[in-house]
Amino acid sequence: MSESDFPSLRLVPKAREPQKAKDFKTDQEVRWCPGCGDYAILAAVQSFMPELGIARENTVFVSGIGCSSRFPYYMNTYGMHSIHGRAPAIATGLASSRQDLSVWVVTGDGDGLSIGGNHLIHALRRNVNLKILLFNNRIYGLTKGQYSPTSELGKITKSTPFGSLDAPFNPLSLALGADATFVARSIDSDRKHLTSVLRAAAAHRGSAFVEIYQNCNIFNDEAFEPLKDPATRDDFTIRLEDGAPIRWGANAEHGLYRSPGNGLVAGEVAEQGEAGLLVHDPHNDDPSHAFELSRLADISLARTPIGVFRAVDRPVYDDMMSDQLDKARATQGEGDLATLLAGSDTWTID
Amino acid sequence: MVAMSKDVRQLDRVIIRFAGDSGDGMQLTGDRFTTETASFGNDLSTLPDFPAEIRAPAGTLPGVSAFQLHFADHDIMTPGDRPDVLVAMNPAALKANLEDLPRGADLIVNTDEFSKRNLTKVGYEANPLDDGSLEAYNVHPIGLTSMTVEALKEFSITKKEAERAKNMFALGLLSWLYNRPTEGTLKFLEVKFAKNEQIMRANIAAFNAGWNFGETTEDFSVSYEIKPARLPSGTYRNISGNLALAYGLVAASKQTGLPLFLGSYPITPASDILHELSKHKRFGVRTFQAEDEIAAVGAALGAAYGGSLAVTSTSGPGLALKAETVGLGVSLELPLIVVDVQRAGPSTGMPTKTEQADLLQAMFGRNGEAPVPIVAPRSPADCFETALEAARIATTYRVPVILLSDGYLANGSEPWRIPAVEDLPDLTVEFTTEPNRPDGEFWPYLRDATTLARPWAVPGTAGLEHRIGGIEKADGTGNISYDAANHDLMVRTRQAKVDGIAATIPPTDVEDPDGLARVLVLGWGSTYGPIGAACRRVRREGLSVAQAHLRHLNPFPSDLGDVLRRYDRVLVPEMNLGQLAMLVRARFLVDAISYNRVRGMPFKAEELASVITGVIEEVNEQ
Repeated sequence: MSESDFPSLRLVPKAREPQKAKDFKTDQEVRWCPGCGDYAILAAVQSFMPELGIARENTVFVSGIGCSSRFPYYMNTYGMHSIHGRAPAIATGLASSRQDLSVWVVTGDGDGLSIGGNHLIHALRRNVNLKILLFNNRIYGLTKGQYSPTSELGKITKSTPFGSLDAPFNPLSLALGADATFVARSIDSDRKHLTSVLRAAAAHRGSAFVEIYQNCNIFNDEAFEPLKDPATRDDFTIRLEDGAPIRWGANAEHGLYRSPGNGLVAGEVAEQGEAGLLVHDPHNDDPSHAFELSRLADISLARTPIGVFRAVDRPVYDDMMSDQLDKARATQGEGDLATLLAGSDTWTID
Repeated sequence: MVAMSKDVRQLDRVIIRFAGDSGDGMQLTGDRFTTETASFGNDLSTLPDFPAEIRAPAGTLPGVSAFQLHFADHDIMTPGDRPDVLVAMNPAALKANLEDLPRGADLIVNTDEFSKRNLTKVGYEANPLDDGSLEAYNVHPIGLTSMTVEALKEFSITKKEAERAKNMFALGLLSWLYNRPTEGTLKFLEVKFAKNEQIMRANIAAFNAGWNFGETTEDFSVSYEIKPARLPSGTYRNISGNLALAYGLVAASKQTGLPLFLGSYPITPASDILHELSKHKRFGVRTFQAEDEIAAVGAALGAAYGGSLAVTSTSGPGLALKAETVGLGVSLELPLIVVDVQRAGPSTGMPTKTEQADLLQAMFGRNGEAPVPIVAPRSPADCFETALEAARIATTYRVPVILLSDGYLANGSEPWRIPAVEDLPDLTVEFTTEPNRPDGEFWPYLRDATTLARPWAVPGTAGLEHRIGGIEKADGTGNISYDAANHDLMVRTRQAKVDGIAATIPPTDVEDPDGLARVLVLGWGSTYGPIGAACRRVRREGLSVAQAHLRHLNPFPSDLGDVLRRYDRVLVPEMNLGQLAMLVRARFLVDAISYNRVRGMPFKAEELASVITGVIEEVNEQ
């Protein structure tokens, strides 16, 4: 891809020279557990960043608290490891006051959906120019294994020895409900797919929400195994492609159709034909299509779509904020402090 | 208009209180009278007092809204203890305010509202206008509503709309009584009701009718004049605390050269700061109305990281929610101004009533050792300078600063001598743009030897890429560190940095005119006016008393301990249960006496004067 593929970054200064993945690595020892899915995501992000062609010093990673939130320490950019759940709020202040920055938020299912759920939905509805990567491992890792807001009902954990009573959040449905303009999902182990989703997120101007299924091999190992195991993955994974009919399986033998009741129904292409296949359109202004897709998979992960669910244009918060300032200066002139302080009702004492 | 037909009597000062139902427009009436008075050149001080409910049930005691104004031909310090004139728009307003009225005061009553039903609503069994219970006062029973309706009968407006203009009738009458200039109010009405000419003309007519009534009625035989005050020369305007604070922040933005960013969530009584700053986009001011208090301070901290002069404004409950993020700011060592316009607590408390009970929250309300500088304005106009001082400390020392205003300062107003922009302090901030190590590396926690501040290198600066976070950092490099000795060093260093600010703040300003005082009255925040007025009273009685008032609550001025020890007794009046007293006792082992009231209202000068006198007498007997 060339620089022109990222018009979303037009306000960010370009890199003075081409960069490599190693330029984005820091000298800090990476301290995730051996075998953690975070390593793969870190490697994917580090190798993808040079593609953006922007100055490294104008890139900022902001995170909250949790295993995933250690991410900024390992990126040789500017970065802030903040407090639990607040990264979207902090990043909103940074992005909306500095349009020359590419601001990324790294969060997890506990950080982003539990303690920080409010900030996440409000950043998305405002459409702040943030790229939000939510590492979903369906467990609390850093606090050593309690159920998270994406854990399945009945999950046995340290804090739920008799099974969790909480119905899980569907992160993509939540993001779509908050009117997110860009919603996507990928998997830690699929470097190529993850990179393609990061690329699409970076190309989007406004909030981009990317859920990344991430394996916690210590407290919730193999949570996404059906999507990884060669025996099952083709039947479980639906790869969404812009403008293409939605079909999957080793030989693309399954397809998605509209049922007579107007819901979605899976069928065999050999039986139902190609003509009736549902075509994926992430640019549809109506979020219903993306929402339907987000509801397709159940907790067993059967029929899990990955890829870009939704990518639509809507005015960006930072742009509008900046426009208001420019407009005020254009119509009223630059502010004059002495005039402001004097106001309109004064009197003078000699 | 000039009142020609009646005698004009000179007064040196007057206290007026307008009181009515929440929907009667008493705050507007008070504001207008204040503006007229300010433009006439009197010194003045105001005290709005209104319920939290936007429209409490009409005619009830909880629905009473009042506005008190003290104005004089000399320098005054408070909105006054007891009104010389009470305008009561209904029985509830009379009942709620009568207790404060001294014998012989003028009482202007809107008789139209004294129906049996309204009287019953507030528990009057008999009409106080008829039963002799108001004999101690100079009562002026006036049908304000009916006379307003009568005066407006020519206008094609509804009866209800006409009735609503009764506050302008009252304002016209009071404007005549005290010979106020009226051009400003007429102009104001023209602008306010520009979209509805009938209503505009009706309000102007009501105002004029009130003025003319004063001139013609036999109920008022004289009008009064209060000459302009002889204040230091300069150009003045009237200003409320929240407005002065907002202007101080805009000025600080200019003086630091940093764009202003305000993250805020609406909360009484701080919202006006958000409202005001949202107007000033031409000054490059960004205002962000966040989803909650935590996001408000979070966004501000994010903007601070990006190089803005970052501010969050709130009240006590909001400060509680922001605590964790303020602690992060302490750890990240980024400049941040946290404005707490205090109100009566705990919890929701009394949102529209004042208090100064967040001092210890500001000092200690965070986990771990998280020292934060604290400053507090002493008067509405002083909010301007205090905002600049908060910005100076925050940007120089790279630390969150808490500014403690309160509801009384926020909504009260006084004349302000407008400073010349060129006289404002130079607060120029320079970001770090170069590596700070001989080997060409950049260490984000390598400190300035004098201030102990760390470098402020903002994103976008090539070669200085670095990561910061709330985890303990190694001294110098800023890398994650769990080393025991390092943590001990970092905790002590952050404390030493804040303590070191004392070297840059002025010595304690003690007012001890005859130098004979044995009692010092120590205060902070909005009690300055009442304490000052009380000290003046005590001195007029021939006693000696000293007054010291703190702008810096953390750190204290370096000489404060010495100052306190110079006096036989230190008296600390506070609108809390002794928070500053606790701090000075702990810090200086001084046996300070507390005087505490938490009634949601400022101290009365008379009350404080008697407390001070009591302490002086006790000391003199020893």
